[in-house]
Amino acid sequence: MSVILNAGEISRALRRISHEILEKNHGSSEVLLLGIPTRGALLSQRIKVLIEEIEKSPVLAGTLDITMYRDDLRMRPPRTLMPTEIPGGGIDEKHVVLVDDVFYSGRTIRAALDAINEVGRPRSVQLAVLIDRGHRELPIRADFVGKNIPTAKDESVRVHLTEIDGVDEVLIEGRTSS
Amino acid sequence: MKNLLSINDLSKDDALEILDTAVELSRLSENTVRKFPTLRGRTVVNLFFEDSTRTRISFEAAAKRLSADVINFSAKGSSLSKGESLKDTALTLQAMGADAVIIRHSASGAAHQLARQEWMKGSVINAGDGTHEHPTQALLDAFTIRRRLRADSGDLTGLSVAIVGDVLHSRVARSNVLLLQKLGAEVILVAPPTLLPVGVDSWGAQVRYSLDDVLPLVDAVMMLRVQRERMEDLFFPTEREYSRNFGLNLERMNRLKNTAIVMHPGPMNRGLEISADSADSHQSVIVEQVANGVSVRMSVLYLLLGGATARDLNLSSAGGM
Repeated sequence: MSVILNAGEISRALRRISHEILEKNHGSSEVLLLGIPTRGALLSQRIKVLIEEIEKSPVLAGTLDITMYRDDLRMRPPRTLMPTEIPGGGIDEKHVVLVDDVFYSGRTIRAALDAINEVGRPRSVQLAVLIDRGHRELPIRADFVGKNIPTAKDESVRVHLTEIDGVDEVLIEGRTSS
Repeated sequence: MKNLLSINDLSKDDALEILDTAVELSRLSENTVRKFPTLRGRTVVNLFFEDSTRTRISFEAAAKRLSADVINFSAKGSSLSKGESLKDTALTLQAMGADAVIIRHSASGAAHQLARQEWMKGSVINAGDGTHEHPTQALLDAFTIRRRLRADSGDLTGLSVAIVGDVLHSRVARSNVLLLQKLGAEVILVAPPTLLPVGVDSWGAQVRYSLDDVLPLVDAVMMLRVQRERMEDLFFPTEREYSRNFGLNLERMNRLKNTAIVMHPGPMNRGLEISADSADSHQSVIVEQVANGVSVRMSVLYLLLGGATARDLNLSSAGGM
């Protein structure tokens, strides 16, 4: 088990992502951040605070639970639903930025796109992730990446955030060579 | 969890999980999402041997919002009225690939019978069996109480609920006593002695005979329907006398705390167990109970059918051969 990002590196990655989101969308007025629970929602909240610091104006943000849209529901016991909170004005005509912690097979994001489709019709959907570990199983890519980490499929990447885990760090587990 | 037959099958954590899931589903339903793909390809059968409109359409709405296919099988005009046995019906439903059967039957224990025998592999949900249990009604009542008085979170510790009227014939009362006590609430049964079942002492609820004395003490009052269709004997002298002693009216409602809520599982006999003006008062949550029923039944269907089921496991092992 080794640490691949520490608290300072996570913070700097999120700050850079915040700037990139602003650059791509020409400011924050049409941006709506949607974090995928649990840790994606916390990261989305942090990005919201960072963008508001930079832009000095409020940013729309919410959470999107994708459980009901997963393609592997029938392979496991039923999962507990997490909160979905869409800001009052809805997502129509917004630039929605999905936020998740680890980007892996792409199946979570596919489910999220289905969920978004039920909620409304945004002008665009973008994806921000803290870690991209590769091994995509679907043709989906991220727009904003904190760090690309080449991994083997038998390894696991764990994101710890202070709100839940008491510490900010990203760990990689199961690597035999190190 | 494979079946939902009795509140006794649920731990406190199971019950809270059903309520918490229902909270998320009800918030989503208000939030423009009207339909989820979650149960696409699952078949849910409404098997109703007894007439019931609201429970059947509530289950039907819940299943449809989760994209399940719904087959309604009611006793009238079907093979059931031609004397087909429960076993043959079950074998038929199994052959049609039912993933869940929602059963309403006049015989206490019918749902258990359907689940215990190995006639079919799908889940069984008890939608009311005789005078025994009606677990989803109790869950939606607990959901309604928790939403109104506990802001959708935690259990019901510290709350006091009166269940008033025809306890003897009421499966709603029995399921509610079990569930509300499991969630930490205190339950007071109020009824004439003739409408209390034998052995009610063992339910763990207080029994009182004066509605007027109980009303100031409680946070919720649940009026039960007087089930005239189940009454072969005379249980009270006249309807007027019953109404005078055990009916809820505006004068009695003045005895309630301002925050207390008035509930009724429906259908109501307006003027008998509840007056029209108290049913329509601002403390009444009777219409909310109906709306909450759909969310709670969606939650139950999701938790029973949303993940891997015994049927999936059998199908995949067969497919692997």
